[in-house]
Amino acid sequence: MLKTFSKGGIHPAENKLTSTKEIKKLKTPKVVYVPVSQHIGIPSEIIVSKKDTVQIGQVIAKSAGFVSANIHSPVAGVVSKLDKIFDSRGYKIQCIVIKTDPKDPANFEDIVYPLKKEIHLSPSEILKHITDSGIVGLGGATFPTHVKLNINEDKKIDHLILNGVECEPYLTADHRLMLERADEILVGIKILLHALHINKAVIGIENNKKDAIALFKKLTKNEKGISVVALAVKYPQGGEKQLVKAILNREVPKNGLPLDVGVIVHNVGTIYAIYQAVQYDKPLIERVVTVTGKKLENPSNFWVKIGTPIADLLEAVGGIPEDTRKILNGGPMMGKAIKKLNTPVTKGTSGIVLLSDDEAHRGESTNCIRCGECVYVCPMGLEPHLLMSLTEKHMWERTCAEDIMTCIECGSCSYVCPSHRPLLDYIRFGKKLTNECNLNK
Amino acid sequence: MSDSILYSVLLLTALGVIAAIVLFVVSKKFYVYEDPLIEEVDALLPGANCAGCGSPGCRAFAEKLVKNDDISDLFCPVGGNEVMKSIAALLGKEVLEKEPTVAVLLCNGSCDVRPKTTQFEGPESCSISAMIFSGETDCQYGCLGKGECVDACDFEAMYMDKETGLPVIITDNCTSCGACVEACPKDLLELRPRNKRDLKIYVACKNQEKGGVAKKACAVACIGCSLCVKVCPKDAITVENFLAYIDADACTLCRKCVDVCPTHAIIETNFPPKKKKKIREEKVIKIE
Repeated sequence: MLKTFSKGGIHPAENKLTSTKEIKKLKTPKVVYVPVSQHIGIPSEIIVSKKDTVQIGQVIAKSAGFVSANIHSPVAGVVSKLDKIFDSRGYKIQCIVIKTDPKDPANFEDIVYPLKKEIHLSPSEILKHITDSGIVGLGGATFPTHVKLNINEDKKIDHLILNGVECEPYLTADHRLMLERADEILVGIKILLHALHINKAVIGIENNKKDAIALFKKLTKNEKGISVVALAVKYPQGGEKQLVKAILNREVPKNGLPLDVGVIVHNVGTIYAIYQAVQYDKPLIERVVTVTGKKLENPSNFWVKIGTPIADLLEAVGGIPEDTRKILNGGPMMGKAIKKLNTPVTKGTSGIVLLSDDEAHRGESTNCIRCGECVYVCPMGLEPHLLMSLTEKHMWERTCAEDIMTCIECGSCSYVCPSHRPLLDYIRFGKKLTNECNLNK
Repeated sequence: MSDSILYSVLLLTALGVIAAIVLFVVSKKFYVYEDPLIEEVDALLPGANCAGCGSPGCRAFAEKLVKNDDISDLFCPVGGNEVMKSIAALLGKEVLEKEPTVAVLLCNGSCDVRPKTTQFEGPESCSISAMIFSGETDCQYGCLGKGECVDACDFEAMYMDKETGLPVIITDNCTSCGACVEACPKDLLELRPRNKRDLKIYVACKNQEKGGVAKKACAVACIGCSLCVKVCPKDAITVENFLAYIDADACTLCRKCVDVCPTHAIIETNFPPKKKKKIREEKVIKIE
C-alpha cells in the first residue's frame, strides 16, 4: 500500500489538464511590474531609480532584513517608474516598472544551460549564492530559502525531503519541471545535501505522476542516499507537515517546524532554482506557471518572467472563455481570486486557473448540521466548525486555546461542508485577529 | 387526621425557621461590603452597556467612577454632559465638559457613482471581505457595503440604504458610542462634533489615489486638487496623499469649500438652502 499521511485529507477531482504539455517559454513582455514584496517577511528595499538602465539579473531591490529576499530585474531595459499597482487582491502595492528594451538581444535569446554536475563550492559559499539569488519557496508559501537553510547548530537534521507532490488540482508546474529538468534537480539535491552535511534525501511524488516517479527511480538507481517514494493521492499532502508524516512517519509538533524532527522540506521548483543559482549564478527571475481551465482553448505550462502581467498569460492560451466566473492565482483549493488582470506574476504564482460558472458556484451557506465532516477531513486535527463559530463571536482566547494558529488553510473543511459554510474564510479571519490578540498581550 | 395536618404544618414551620437562621448567619458571615455609591451612580448611567466609555458595561464604569479620584478622563458618550455633570455632583468630583459628537460616514460612493468591477461571493462580512480583496469597486478605500457597522450599532441609529449600498446614520439616535468606528475595517466612520442644529461639513472620501485614478474609480472621490484649501479662510483644511481633511475644531462652517469642490466630495448637512448670489453680480455690473 502506498504511503500517505494519517489524519484527514480529501480527494478532489484532479483535472490535471496540462500534465502532458511541455513547458513553453512565454514571449518576453513589453513591460514588467516587479513588486517589492513577493515573499513572506520584510519588503525589499528599492535600489534603482527612475530612468536607470538595468540588465537581466541585476539586483533592483535588496533584502531589507534577515527574513527578506533580493529581487532581480527579469529583463534588460529602463526603469520607467517606481509606482504602486494593484496586486491580485486589488490593493495597491509598491512595484518597480521596467520597460523592456526591444533592441537588446538578451531579452529574447533562449540560453541553454548545459548540465553541470560537479559541485565546487563550499557549504557557506552555496548558502551565499542562494541568499544573493533571492530564492524563496516556490511551492507557494514564498518563505525565503536562505532562512530555511540557516539552521541553528543545536538542531540536528538527517533528511532532506523533496516536495514533488503537487496535490493541488489542475496545477502541473512541478510535474512538468520534474520531467523536463530531472537531471538538474538531482544535482540540486546533491548541492543541498553537501551544504547541509547530510546524506539522505527522499523525493516524495504522488502516484498520479507515474512518469515522474519512474524517471526519478531510474535516475536514482545508483545514487546512494537518494530515494523516491510514491505517495497515495490525497490533498493536502503537499503541506510540509503532512509530507513529513507521510514519508518518514514523524509527527511535527504543533507550532513547530519539520526542523524539530530533523527534516528539511523543499519544493522541486526551489531545488531547480537553487541549482541554477549555485551552478550558473542565475538569480530567480522566472518560474513555471500553469495556465489552465476546462474551457480554455489551449491550457499550457509556461516559463514566465517574474513581473509579467497575468493578462499576457491569458492571451497566450487563447483569451478568456466567455462563461469564466473566476480567475484564480494558485490552484482551486488554496488559490485566491484575482481582481485585476494586469496584476503581475510573482515568485509565488504557481498557476492561473480559470473556473467557469458551474465550477465556481458557491452554494448558499446554511446552518451547521453537526455532521462532523470538517473535523473528519482536517489534516491538522482541528475542529473547523468550532473555530468558525468562535470567530463569529470574537472569542479570541478560545480560538487560541483551540489551536486556530496551527491551521494550514488547506480549505478541506470548506470543500466538504454539506451546508456550504464559509469555514476557511472565517478561520483565516480568526487567525489574523487571534495573532493580533496574542501580540498585544 | 387532624394530627397529620398539624405535624406537617409544624414540620414545615420548623424547616422554614431553620433555613431562615442559616441564611441569616451566612449573610452576616459572608457579607461583602459594596460602596452604595456604585449603585447610585449605576442608576444615573443610561444602562445601555454599549462599552462606548471603554469599560465592559455600565456597572463596571460606575465602579471606576467611584473608585478613581480623578475622573476627568472618563466620559459616557451616551449620557453626555448632562449625565456626567449629575454624577460629578453626586460624587463631588470634577468632570470635563465634552462637545457632543456624532458618527459620520466618510464615503459617498453609492452604486451609481462608483461602478462595480467585480462581484464578491464570500461571507457577508466587511472585515472578511476586506482581508480577501479590496472591494467590488476599483476604490480600495471605500465602503464595502456589507453593513458590519449597522450590526455593531446597539441604538438603531444606522441602517443600510439599499439604493446607494451605503449605511445611513440617524443622527438623532446616534449616541457616539464608537462601536461602528471600531467595526469598520476601512476606517470610514468618524466621530465629528455636532452642534445644536447638527450642521456639519466634512470630506466624505478616504481615497488616497492621485486625482485621475480616484476619479475613474468613483465620481465623487476627493481628487486632492486643493481648491478647498485655498478658499478656506481659517486654514482648517489640509491635503495629504491627495486627500483633503477638514479639522472640525477650526472649521467655522462657512461652506466656501462645499461650493468649490469639483467632485462634490465635501458634504454639508442640515444647512438651509443658500441665498442666490444675484445681488453680488448686480453690484459688479454697476461698477463697470
